[in-house]
Amino acid sequence: MGKPPFERVVSIHGAVVLRVCRAVLGAHDAEDAWSETFLSALKAYPELPEDAKVHAWLVTIAHRKAIDILRARQRRALPMDELPPRESPLGIPGGGHPEVLDAVGQLPPKQRQAVAYHYLAGLPYKDVSELLGVTPEAARRAGADGVKALRAALAKPSAPASKGASR
Amino acid sequence: MNTTPMDAESLLPDGLFAGLAEPAPGTLERLHARLAAAAADRQLIDVSYRTVDSPLGTLLLAATERGLVRVAFAVEGHDAVLQALADKLGPRILQAPVRLDRTARELEEYFAGTRRSFDVPLDFALSRGFRLSVLEHLPHIAYGSTESYADVAKAAGSPKAVRAVGSACATNPLPVVVPCHRVVRSDGSFGGYLGGPEAKRALLALEAA
Repeated sequence: MGKPPFERVVSIHGAVVLRVCRAVLGAHDAEDAWSETFLSALKAYPELPEDAKVHAWLVTIAHRKAIDILRARQRRALPMDELPPRESPLGIPGGGHPEVLDAVGQLPPKQRQAVAYHYLAGLPYKDVSELLGVTPEAARRAGADGVKALRAALAKPSAPASKGASR
Repeated sequence: MNTTPMDAESLLPDGLFAGLAEPAPGTLERLHARLAAAAADRQLIDVSYRTVDSPLGTLLLAATERGLVRVAFAVEGHDAVLQALADKLGPRILQAPVRLDRTARELEEYFAGTRRSFDVPLDFALSRGFRLSVLEHLPHIAYGSTESYADVAKAAGSPKAVRAVGSACATNPLPVVVPCHRVVRSDGSFGGYLGGPEAKRALLALEAA
């Protein structure tokens, strides 16, 4: 038995990839990134090794697509693979807890990515460090600092999502 | 292949996971439809599929760009059928209802008794050799009539291959649309059927009405 139908890949990983795209790009651009990610993945799927970790593969594609989208939308040219701070932290209304997405959008890019790839996508820091082009220690620190900053931001009275009671 | 994401929720403190995990309801469905449409435009899909409700239970319909390639009964196990299609025709398989709308409509008309033959393009990629010759003959058996396995063997060019006709019908990848249910034993009894004897009986009764 070979690879499962691609539909299974979408149904198993679609939500995780959307979560990652939302954290890295904000709600609006996330949808374009999600679509581009799965379209690229579909194209390359027949060549994917059977023992590949599918979710890590998808997050890697999503990471590249996020960078492409940000570059395309930036007026200024960006010479390196670093994400700029988000200009407009919030996009589409109606998605769960906008204040959390907003708080994530305020993080420095490396922290935002480390939080998304490690905490939301479940990638080990070794993989995160390869994606970000930093040492595993630096990736770990970025993730921890990011979560700490988010906690602090959400502990403010104006941020009701910090209790997590609405799940 | 590893398809299991880690349990991210347990890693992330407080309400952070909840805050990030909840896009507006229907978002993933909308994105899926957009993906299916873009993938079809760029000819990236090996097989598209959808399911339809019918008097014979839920039917899986699957199509390549050339045409309808598989109709499957629920008793066959739709997941197993899709996996077999991935192995034989390619793993780029997506649920894409639009491409199969016409087939779904024609089946609905057929089961309502208002349609006697199907005119959607067919892809016989899953059949070869003598079995293919048998399947190509079957649409020539008129609605409401039957032929014996021996008749079909003769029509397909190998009068002695009666058993082979039986196995060609039993493995017909396009049941209902390619009417293997119109092939019965010489003594008039039904013979086997992929969807079960009741399904074959029901189709013959529908066409006799």
